[in-house]
Amino acid sequence: MADIRNFTLNFGPQHPAAHGVLRLVLELDGEVVQRADPHIGLLHRATEKLAETRTWVQSVPYMDRLDYMSMMCNEHAYCMAIERLLDVEVPIRGKYVRTMFDEVTRVLNHLLWIGCHALDVGAMTMALYTFREREDLMDVYEAVSGARMHAAYYRPGGVYRDLPDRMPQYQESTWTNAKKAKEKNENRSGTLLDFLEDFTNRFPTYHSEYHTLLTDNRIWKQRLVNVGVVTPERAMQMGFTGAMLRGSGIAWDLRKKQPYAAYDKVDFDIPVGVNGDSYDRYLVRMEEMLQSNRIIKQCIEWLRNNPGPVITDNHKVAPPSREDMKSNMEELIHHFKLFTEGIHVPAGEVYAAVEHPKGEFGIYVISDGANKPYRLKIRPPGYVHLASMDEMSRGHMIADVVTIIGSQDVVFGEIDR
Amino acid sequence: MSAKLETLSQNLQTHFGDKLRSTKLAVGELTIEVGPADYLAIMTALRDEPDLGFEEIIDLCGVDYSTYGDGAWSGRRFAVVSHLLSIAHNWRLRVRVFADDDEFPRVDSVTRVWTSANWFEREAFDLYGIAFVGHEDLRRILTDYGFIGHPFRKDFPISGYVEMRYDPDQARVIYQPVTIEPRENTPRILREDTYGDPAHG
Repeated sequence: MADIRNFTLNFGPQHPAAHGVLRLVLELDGEVVQRADPHIGLLHRATEKLAETRTWVQSVPYMDRLDYMSMMCNEHAYCMAIERLLDVEVPIRGKYVRTMFDEVTRVLNHLLWIGCHALDVGAMTMALYTFREREDLMDVYEAVSGARMHAAYYRPGGVYRDLPDRMPQYQESTWTNAKKAKEKNENRSGTLLDFLEDFTNRFPTYHSEYHTLLTDNRIWKQRLVNVGVVTPERAMQMGFTGAMLRGSGIAWDLRKKQPYAAYDKVDFDIPVGVNGDSYDRYLVRMEEMLQSNRIIKQCIEWLRNNPGPVITDNHKVAPPSREDMKSNMEELIHHFKLFTEGIHVPAGEVYAAVEHPKGEFGIYVISDGANKPYRLKIRPPGYVHLASMDEMSRGHMIADVVTIIGSQDVVFGEIDR
Repeated sequence: MSAKLETLSQNLQTHFGDKLRSTKLAVGELTIEVGPADYLAIMTALRDEPDLGFEEIIDLCGVDYSTYGDGAWSGRRFAVVSHLLSIAHNWRLRVRVFADDDEFPRVDSVTRVWTSANWFEREAFDLYGIAFVGHEDLRRILTDYGFIGHPFRKDFPISGYVEMRYDPDQARVIYQPVTIEPRENTPRILREDTYGDPAHG
């Protein structure tokens, strides 16, 4: 009798289906996974420690680089934590702008997720489709903040500036002739809100294209249905949040249960799964995109009709306008103190959580009253979800591991921090 | 929300009484502090008692209080802070436990209460050197293989001790002492309480 022993396989850290730098040590019995041991930390940058050496506002751009697929949602949690400690109220227009951009971010994130997930499982085309749509939303990011991804747009007290009145235009170039540039600029002739509205009108059509490609696709279902089943009890034990928890049939969404920003003023539904498998999580996230689209539409409508400030007028927190600064001594002092010393946040501790596209993203800060945080702890949803890898992949084939990673929607920027 | 937290606060009082070292309601959040001896029993009860009902541990992290308030701290150095969430009751709770020994901080592990505490405790061990008694797999998680020290402790420099580079002579990757100088652009400033108060002058 030959000596039979388990085979240990090193998966990653340079594996295309590992979504970044995941090193997974798999113990295999034939092709069946007996144990999965994820090794993380290859992208560890000690963001939390770095934040202790920066002023409160200087850490906002670090937040973009955590989950680099849902930039503004990360900033939102961080800014909310500071606002709660400072007891600063964000103007209502600022809240709507944040709500709108959170949802734009959610669509961006889910588009990337479905593109990559499908690519991993074998449907190449999806990535091409979703990146087409992502382009439009990235243009929205760029128009409002100047950066296509790492926006640094939210600030403690509101958002950095109001929405722009015009969109950047395509210029004639070696790649784009005059006629093509004019065509491309057609929906960019109005304001940012017009451009975004045009997108929300087009999006349901795109969305149904994805459904046509995937939902009833035989291969897609063979790869996803009954893979990585998680019961509601286990989902709670393993600390699942967001779409992972809803996929297991628990209707839990912070936007509904503990509303922040303007989520209590907009209408939307929470999709919930039944079986808790990868296919249900896929359906939940797909429906979330449509609901996000609905929220964006309502925000556009409100923002069109209600002008106003987008950032607090408390100049101990947010800088005064350039004009005031140059004509008013008091404002000049505020400006100088803010940009040299920064905000002083009263001593205390707070935990602020948002419904991030991947789950509950929380920021726990301890302040001792200085101009820098004493301790910042980031609660990344992907970290918790990846921790369940062992339990979710046990007894599955090695090919299903790829499906499970895809359905967990992990991004290493936030897991390794 | 605060009415809800009042209820929770009362439920906590009835269950634990004087086992709670302190109960604090601030910024709309409830924080309890417990002793390391009662920690595990209290955490188990927090999950199992239906009128508390914390099904999920949302976060668990270490804190090093040694330089808090620029030397104003007199208590124990290391704390473990957990954030719990009850989905049934829709409320949250923060639990803080200080480790008794500053040199070798030890706290009971809650991995048997909530599976998801596993990686959080590994992280707190890795970054702060807090040992979790009863944890079955307490390995480093975020830092490099073979890393020495606990980088999030306040006495660990932000630039670290070693850096890694490729050495063309030895044709391999080597570790060497760091060559960068730590630099602070904006100093950390802790103002007195009366700062900016018009009456103070």
